[in-house]
Amino acid sequence: MRGAEILLQPGVFPRLLQGLWVTVWIAGASVLLALPLGLLVGWLMTLKNPAVRVIMRVYLDFIRIMPQLALLFIAFYGFAQAFDWNLDATGACVLVFVLWGAAELGDLVRGALESIPRTQYESAKVLGLNSWQTFTRVILPQALRRLLPASVNLVTRIVKTTSLATLLGVVEVIKVGQQIIDANRFQYPDATLWIYAVIFLMYFIVCWPLSIVARRLEKRWAHD
Amino acid sequence: MDFGFMMHYAPYFVNAAYMTVFISFFGLVLSLVLGLICVAVQMANVPVARQIVRAYVELSRNTPLLVQLYFLYFGLPKLGVSWSAETCAIVGLAFLGGSYMTEALRGGFEAVPRVQLESARVLGFSPVQTFLHVTVPQALSTAIPAVVANVIFLVKESSVVSAIALADVMYVTKDLMGQTYDTYESLTLLVITYLVILLPISIVGTVLERRFDYARR
Repeated sequence: MRGAEILLQPGVFPRLLQGLWVTVWIAGASVLLALPLGLLVGWLMTLKNPAVRVIMRVYLDFIRIMPQLALLFIAFYGFAQAFDWNLDATGACVLVFVLWGAAELGDLVRGALESIPRTQYESAKVLGLNSWQTFTRVILPQALRRLLPASVNLVTRIVKTTSLATLLGVVEVIKVGQQIIDANRFQYPDATLWIYAVIFLMYFIVCWPLSIVARRLEKRWAHD
Repeated sequence: MDFGFMMHYAPYFVNAAYMTVFISFFGLVLSLVLGLICVAVQMANVPVARQIVRAYVELSRNTPLLVQLYFLYFGLPKLGVSWSAETCAIVGLAFLGGSYMTEALRGGFEAVPRVQLESARVLGFSPVQTFLHVTVPQALSTAIPAVVANVIFLVKESSVVSAIALADVMYVTKDLMGQTYDTYESLTLLVITYLVILLPISIVGTVLERRFDYARR
């Protein structure tokens, strides 16, 4: 267990927690912005207009097939030159995660909306509900049940992907860990092992509860 | 856009693509093996091993590959385990992919209806015959879409190995941008290289899904 004392040094753990807060903040902001955009994208995907269909298809397929790190590079290095846009690393991360999250969420929304049988719309019409009532009282409650478990899983994926922010130079939990390791290189040569183990567990503690919630929701609503 | 520049540096990306494919391929093979072992343990309900598999799946699914790689590459040498960057990348991918493959394969096996097993028994199949001729073909057929999705996911995730100094596609792109400042050309080569690697996998995956769709028909 040599070197583990590094974790008890004043300032080490609080700094790691501050780094974790940056990670959670980036993920949280991305999720909050991706939610409305994803709903819009999902609705656009159900439209029959051929131009809209082609655009959405290209958008979804491109985002899906490119590694997130490649998307981050394109946003961070490419956009600066293309639009003379001095986007900082955090901004580039949020931008990419929002566009990526919205594409994935949009596809989930599309799937959920298309899985509602036609009879539901027709029955609602027969019962005299107008289209707003049909959407809010009949379609939405059913779609949400199909949507929520996968969306919670998407949130954990976004949290995990924020780890890539460190490669663009954002000072989040991994970067803070590296700073601590470098600063203590001579007093605590074995700090590397412990700091990375703690960061590993920190990510786990953030993502695991979300996974459990997703699984519970899935089980509870599986047979509706 | 300077096409002369792109042609000049294209061979670098061919080598980089080779590295990406090399790491992904061995990572994938190992994660499939690991996935199969974990599913076998879960299906056979082996007491202690079952809990270990559960803990492994949760740990691996809820942490980012980058942190797993840093731990393997920078952390483990402090315990006296010094692996090369290639080994770390392959082991890291297998650690991540193993849990995803476990979930995909388990989904397939659980989807085989009990009636199928009972019918096989009535028809006089031995347990081994039932497993080989009834369970496995149907389970794989159901699992293929999820497995294909995982293959693409893992090849994409392999882009992270550039962080432990492996000269994959991301690494070469960053190098080239740093050396030449030709951002557009470098990023275009990056996008083309990933499309060349991933589009065929995606297409073959779709064909496989259609070809082996017999469990649902």
